[in-house]
Amino acid sequence: MLKQTEGSQAVAEAVALCRPEVICAYPISPQTHIVEGLSRLVKSGALAPCEYVNVESEFAAMSVAIGASAAGARAYTATSSQGLLYMTEAVYNAGGLGLPIVMTVANRALGAPINIWNDHSDAMSQRDSGWLQLYAEDNQEAADLHIQAFRIAEELSLPVMVCMDGFVLTHAYERVDLPSLRQVDAFLPPHTPSQVLDPDDPVSIGAMVGPEAFTEVRYLAHLRHLRALEVIPKVAAEFAAAFGRDSGGLVRPYRLDDAETVIVAMGSVLGTLKDVVDERRAHGERVGVLAITTFRPFPFAAVRRALRGARRVVVLERTLAVGVGGVVTDHVRAALADAAPEPGGAVPYLRTVIAGLGGRPVTTASLHGMLDRAVTDRLDPLTFLDLRHDLIDREARRERAAERV
Amino acid sequence: MFQVRIHGRGGQGVVTAAELLSIAAFLEGRHAQAFPTFGSERTGAPVVAFCRIDDRPIRVREPVARPDALIVQDATLLRAVNVFDGLGPDAYVLVNTTRDLRELGAAEAVATLRPERVRTVPATALAREHLGRPVPNAVLLGGFAALTGLVSLESVCAAIRQRFAGRVADGNVAAAERAYAYVSATTKEAIDA
Amino acid sequence: MPVQEIKFYQTGSLVVGNRLLDPERRTVQADPGRPNTLTSGHRACQGCGEALGARYAVDAAHRATGGRIVVVNATGCLEVFSTPYPETSWRVAWLHSLFGNAPAVATGVAAALKVKGRTDVRVVGQGGDGGTVDIGFACLSGMFERNDDVLYICYDNQAYMNTGVQRSGATPPAARTATTQAVGPEPGNPFGQGKNAALIAMAHEIPYVATATVADLRDLEYKVHRAMEFRGARYLHVLVPCPLGWATASSDTIRVARLAKESGLFPVFEAEHGEITAVSKIRRKVPVEEYLRAQGRYAHLFGDPPRTDVIAALQALADRNIRRFGLLDEEG
Repeated sequence: MLKQTEGSQAVAEAVALCRPEVICAYPISPQTHIVEGLSRLVKSGALAPCEYVNVESEFAAMSVAIGASAAGARAYTATSSQGLLYMTEAVYNAGGLGLPIVMTVANRALGAPINIWNDHSDAMSQRDSGWLQLYAEDNQEAADLHIQAFRIAEELSLPVMVCMDGFVLTHAYERVDLPSLRQVDAFLPPHTPSQVLDPDDPVSIGAMVGPEAFTEVRYLAHLRHLRALEVIPKVAAEFAAAFGRDSGGLVRPYRLDDAETVIVAMGSVLGTLKDVVDERRAHGERVGVLAITTFRPFPFAAVRRALRGARRVVVLERTLAVGVGGVVTDHVRAALADAAPEPGGAVPYLRTVIAGLGGRPVTTASLHGMLDRAVTDRLDPLTFLDLRHDLIDREARRERAAERV
Repeated sequence: MFQVRIHGRGGQGVVTAAELLSIAAFLEGRHAQAFPTFGSERTGAPVVAFCRIDDRPIRVREPVARPDALIVQDATLLRAVNVFDGLGPDAYVLVNTTRDLRELGAAEAVATLRPERVRTVPATALAREHLGRPVPNAVLLGGFAALTGLVSLESVCAAIRQRFAGRVADGNVAAAERAYAYVSATTKEAIDA
Repeated sequence: MPVQEIKFYQTGSLVVGNRLLDPERRTVQADPGRPNTLTSGHRACQGCGEALGARYAVDAAHRATGGRIVVVNATGCLEVFSTPYPETSWRVAWLHSLFGNAPAVATGVAAALKVKGRTDVRVVGQGGDGGTVDIGFACLSGMFERNDDVLYICYDNQAYMNTGVQRSGATPPAARTATTQAVGPEPGNPFGQGKNAALIAMAHEIPYVATATVADLRDLEYKVHRAMEFRGARYLHVLVPCPLGWATASSDTIRVARLAKESGLFPVFEAEHGEITAVSKIRRKVPVEEYLRAQGRYAHLFGDPPRTDVIAALQALADRNIRRFGLLDEEG
C-alpha cells in the first residue's frame, strides 16, 4: 500500500510486518522514531506476540537481542553512532556466534566531536564485526531491505545491519509502498534456528576456543560470509519476483554502459548523484554511478565487473579513516587490483572524495564542481568536498600565535 | 519540480507544515519529499523545512537552495535570517504577519519579485481564533494553496485530517479555509490594482 | 527460649549428604540421581567454592523446575573452567554471554521464552562478583527495574579471580589482591563504602533476595527452591571462598565460608519486596580474627606488629551487621 510517511515510520512498519518476537529499544538520535513507532504497534496489540523490552543502554539492547535470538526468537533492535560503539562488544559477540539478529543503524557520525548528523563512520567502525551490512538509497529501499534482511540473516545464520542515513532518510517524508502482512508471510517463513537453547535438547553456546581451533572457527565464518555473496542477490531476486520491485542486491549500476567516469557511492547521496549525472549526460558527458548496496561482504567481483571500461573512478565517501583517507576506496582498489587491463586501455585510476561528514549536505553544485575537475583529470587523489579553508586557515593562525607566546 | 522552503522557530510546527504539504501533494497523486534541517530539539530556535513536489520520483536530497516558494511562519526571522536567499524572480512568498512587508523592512528583498506573488496572511491570529493556540503552520498552507495553486485546498484539508483528529483537525481546517479565502482575495486585489 | 532439637544419631541427622533420611528431607546433592548440571571433568581449582556453589545452586534450580531451565553465564572462572571447546561440563541449555551483560542476556532469553509461550522454562543468570557488581551492574539494575523473570545468582569470591586476583567492588576492606597489595601504611583494600549487592537488590524491591554460603547446603538449596516459587526478578548472593585468591587451604573452603557467617561479616538472610523476611542466626559467634587468620589474604594483619586497628575496624563492621540484621538471639 502506498503511503506518504516518515522514513522511520516506514521502517517500523516494515519491521513489524516481519513478525519480530523480541524488540529491544534504547533511544538515540536519529533512530528513535523507529523504536517509538514499534512501541506503539506492540502496545496497541497490532504487533503480537512480541516482547518489547525497554533496556537501560545500547549494550543491554544488543545483549537482550543475543539472549532472545539464542533462545530461538526473531530479534530486532536499532541504534546509531555512539550507541553502536557502546554495544560493540556485544555486536562482535553476535557476529561470532552467528545469531540472525537484524539491526537498523541510522547512520550518524562518531564523536568526538559530538555530532548528531549523518555520515557512515558508525557502521564503518563495525565493518569487521561479522555482521552483514546493507545500505539503503531511499526510504523505499530502507523498508524493503529490512524484509530481505530477516530472510538473509536466518538463511545464513548471520546478523545483518541495515544502514540508512540518519535524518536524511529517517526523518524524510516520502512515498513508500509497504507490502501486506500476507505478502511478507509468504516471503519470510517463521524462524527455525540452527542452534537454540532448549531444555529438551541442551547445548552449551559460547565456549572458550583455544589456539588449536580458533582459526578454523574464524575460517568457517569467513566462508559463510562468502556464501552471503550468493544468498543476497538470490533473496533480492526473489523479493523482486514477490513484490515487483528492484531493491537490495550487491551493487546497482546507473548509466554505466559507456561511462568513462564512474562515481561509486553508498546511501542517500545516490539520489542526488543520479540527478547530477543525468544533467551531465544531457550535455554529452559519459558519466555514471555505481551504487554499492552490500558493503559486507564486499562484492569485489561485482564491483570489478561494473567498473570494466571506466577510465576514472571517483569514490565518494561519507566516512574518514583519519590519517589515511577513504575506506570504501581501498575496497574498490582491491576489486580492481586483479582486473586485466582493457584492450587499448588501462585499469581505471581512483580518486577519493570525502563528502558529507557530520551531516554536511552534499549539494548538486558541489558535485558538479567535483565532476568538472574529475573529467579533466584535475582531481587530487584525496579531496575533502566543500572544505572551509577560511576555518582551517583561522585555526592554523591561532595555533601559530599560541606557539609564539 | 516545485521546491518550497519554510522558515519558522522551533515549536511552531515548521516540520509538520512541510510534511502536511507533502501529504497534500501525495493525495493528488504526485511525488513529494519533505524534510527539515535537523537539529536537537530546541523551542524558539530558527528552523527550516523543505518540501519538493514533482510528477516524477524525487531523487535529490540537498537542502532547497533555490525555492520556488517561501513560507515564513515567524516574521521576526526577517531580520535575523536571510530567508530570501536563492529566490528567483518568479518565486512566491507568503509571510505570516498582520503587518506590511514594508513595515517589516523586507520591501527591498522582495522588490525584484512579482508583487502579486508576494502575500502576507495573519495566520497566527486565525489560528488563535479557530484553534485557541498560536500555531500557524497548517493555516499557512491554506494561504499557500491559494497563492500558488500547487495543491488544492481540499488536499490541504485532507492532509490536516490525516494528521490531526477531532477539534484540532476541525480548527486547523477552518483556519486554513479562512487563510485560503484571505489570500485569494488580497491576491485578486493586487492583480486588479 | 526456643528449643533447638539436636539429633545425635546419624540416621536422623541433617548432615548434608545423609541418605538415611526420608527422601523429602534429603538434599538434592544426597540424591544419587541428582541432575549434576555441572558435571565432573571441569577444570576448576581444587577446593573451588564457586564450582561447589554453582553445582549446588543449578542442581537445585533443575530440581525445582523439573529440569526446565536455561542458564546464562557471565565471563569468569565458572564459564572458563566449565567450557573449554570442544567440551562442556554443563548438562543444561547454557549460554555464555559477555562479561558485563549476563543479566541482560538472561532478560533476552526470558523474553523469547515468554513470547513463545514457554512459561514452563525458567531462566537462571549467573556470574561472579566482578561481572555482577562492577561491569554488569547497569544490566543487573535494568533487569531488576523491569522485574524480568530471571533468577540471578552471584557467586561472590570477592575479587576478579580468573584474571589473577584483582580487586572488585565486592572485595572486603583490608583484603590483599594484586591491585590492592599488602604494602605501605594502608595494606590491602582500602576501607571504602563497599557495595552490598543484596541490599541494592532489595532497594529495587524485587520479589525475592537472599544471601547464602556454600557452608550450608540445605539453606542454599532451600533458597533456590524458594526463589523459583516467585516470578519476576530474583537475586541470590552466594559467598564462595576461593582457595587461590583467599590463600586458604583447599580443604578449608566450607569451613571458611562458615566462619564468614559466624563472625557476622557475611549476614545470611532472605527478603521479599525490599523487606527482610528471615535471618539465619549465628549459632556460635566467632571473633573476626578467627576468620581472618584462616586466610593468607589477611596475613599482613598479623605481622610484627599486628594491625590490631584494622582488625578492630573489621570487628566493628561485623558487630554492626549483627546489630543491623539481628544475627544473634537476644540471649546471645
